[in-house]
Amino acid sequence: MTGSWINACGTEDIEAEDVIRFDHEGRTYALYRTEDDRYFATAGLCTHESVHLSSGLVMGTIIECPKHNGRFDFTSGKAKGAPVCVDIVTYPVKVESDRVYVLVDA
Amino acid sequence: MPASARDYSLIGRDAQLAEANGFAAAEWYSCSIPRKELKELMRRSDGPALRDTALWLSCLTLSAGGGVYFWGTWWAVPFFVVYGVLYGSSSDSRWHETGHGTAFKTRWMNDILYYVASFMILREPTVWRWSHTRHHTDTIIVGRDPEIAVPRPPDVIGLLLNLFALKSAFHTLRGLFLHAAGRLTKEEETFIPETERWKVYLVARIYLVIFVIVSAICFYIGSILPAMLIGLPTLYGGFMAIFFGLTQHTGLAEDVLDHRLNTRTVYMNPVFRFLYWNMNYHIEHHMFPMVPYHALPRLHQLIKDDCPPAYTSTIAAYREIIPTVLRQIKDPAFFVVRELPDRTKPAPYNHGSVLKMADQKTAGRAV
Repeated sequence: MTGSWINACGTEDIEAEDVIRFDHEGRTYALYRTEDDRYFATAGLCTHESVHLSSGLVMGTIIECPKHNGRFDFTSGKAKGAPVCVDIVTYPVKVESDRVYVLVDA
Repeated sequence: MPASARDYSLIGRDAQLAEANGFAAAEWYSCSIPRKELKELMRRSDGPALRDTALWLSCLTLSAGGGVYFWGTWWAVPFFVVYGVLYGSSSDSRWHETGHGTAFKTRWMNDILYYVASFMILREPTVWRWSHTRHHTDTIIVGRDPEIAVPRPPDVIGLLLNLFALKSAFHTLRGLFLHAAGRLTKEEETFIPETERWKVYLVARIYLVIFVIVSAICFYIGSILPAMLIGLPTLYGGFMAIFFGLTQHTGLAEDVLDHRLNTRTVYMNPVFRFLYWNMNYHIEHHMFPMVPYHALPRLHQLIKDDCPPAYTSTIAAYREIIPTVLRQIKDPAFFVVRELPDRTKPAPYNHGSVLKMADQKTAGRAV
């Protein structure tokens, strides 16, 4: 993937087993922190009805859309059953000096 | 009677207007709740639903047993009334909650109860999963929501028939034959993805096989008792489903992007809340659909000051609903305007291009 690493947030800006929204250059992303302090990023909107996933519930490595119960594995982007039928885009993440960086498309 | 100015079809004029005017998949008003509290409310557990389902199944078993034991005497009647309500009415809320995937924490528990309850309420699980998804995306948006129970002008005869699920059962049976033949209606094609359609066809065939087997047993033993236990309770026990269900949206505004204006929260007694699995907190459910039924009373406490006052009882709700429905027979433009708390921002109404394009007039008036 080509693109640039964006300084998205601090590691403590996301609670353990939670998600936050991150907007950059007109696009919206969802940033996740697992219970064991791993960080991930996906597109911010559900592939079903374009609802912001940052209002959803993180359970393990699953993000559940707050509107219709659509679920994705945010580590792989895999859709986990109806009503979501299309996988969600994931983005590489790295942590440096307590900051979370996301590699977004150029 | 003035002609209805609205087209409730999902493939008609108002479907196009809803999209053109930004009512389709739009952003809705949401009461403000701290993220931490909302997460706590959304958190899943199996305990409450396991307890309630065990109680529900026990009551079903006992009432069925009593009905069978006393079959042929009048003593069977109260047992079948209880069994019918549990089977044909309270299955509605079980279907609903498990469809949202919120009743249990464990996914397969939701799925099993969803399929069982769908059969009991005589709904096709895949069709209704997708129609209900649309209902939540576009609640009471004309031309988009497939679950508007009382279009204007109201079909009062249809509503009365549905006290015993007669109209809805006829509609479902017609659909079962269509789906068993491997086809969908044009409207269903608008909300059921192609990848899900094989499930519709398979389940329709399974439903029909079950009904054929039950009917065959009835003929074989010369008694309708098997059908009194499987199939018919959807009809003779369905009256509480519509009694509860009509409180949700009937008579309120169409085409508003604010659930506080098109949905009711009604205080109900503990028995009703058990049968209805707390769906009387319906504004709360629509605004935050991933909050499980057992957490809705807590959610209500958090947002009630930002909502119109809850109806104090089911009777209070019907004191508004019945006159409104009767008035809408002659005046389809009439609806109940809910008063929002002063400090809330106004929600967009449909008093604009939709109505001009449809060449109609609509004026909300409080009752």
